[in-house]
Amino acid sequence: MYVVVSVAILVTMVLALVRALKGPTVYDRVLAVNVFGTKTVLLLAVIAFLYGRPDFLDLALAYALINMVGILAVLEFFQNRSQRTPKGEDD
Amino acid sequence: MIDIVLDVLSWILILLGSACVLIGGIGGLRLPNFYTRIHAASLTDTMATILIFVGMMLQAGFTLATLKLFAIMLFLLLTGPTATYALANAALLSGLKPDAVTDSDKPKENTPE
Repeated sequence: MYVVVSVAILVTMVLALVRALKGPTVYDRVLAVNVFGTKTVLLLAVIAFLYGRPDFLDLALAYALINMVGILAVLEFFQNRSQRTPKGEDD
Repeated sequence: MIDIVLDVLSWILILLGSACVLIGGIGGLRLPNFYTRIHAASLTDTMATILIFVGMMLQAGFTLATLKLFAIMLFLLLTGPTATYALANAALLSGLKPDAVTDSDKPKENTPE
């Protein structure tokens, strides 16, 4: 049964990768990478139960923290870049 | 008896969660523009996370794994909508219009159907 869940999560990760590759705007790509990271956390937690090794839950927790910080950093970068005026680029 | 009930309930929750994951993934690929895609993706962030993690908590019982699962679920539920809000806010501030008609993926080729 855990195999069914992991296959569903893996299919969703592949779909998110397709969206990240063909996304028209940069925000589509960031959204797809965010979905990919969240699904990685879910997949790690499912794998911990699939193989009966609870150590993987610590990896899932650490990955959730890193993913959140990474997404917010990328968003700050793009938001500041879009608001920056063309002539004063070295604010 | 109560074991069988908890087992069946947890499998139902986990299968519903995987259905939510699949629906969100397909919606994130197939929906026409950015603000509809962010809606589908945020469905998988909250609903699928709650269903799958509560199902696995019912499988684990009163152990340390349940505590870790609860911590991960709480963290994902706090950060997922925050990241989605920041993403939508950044897109709106950068001038991406929330227009329901525009199909930003395929500009011209889907009109003959």
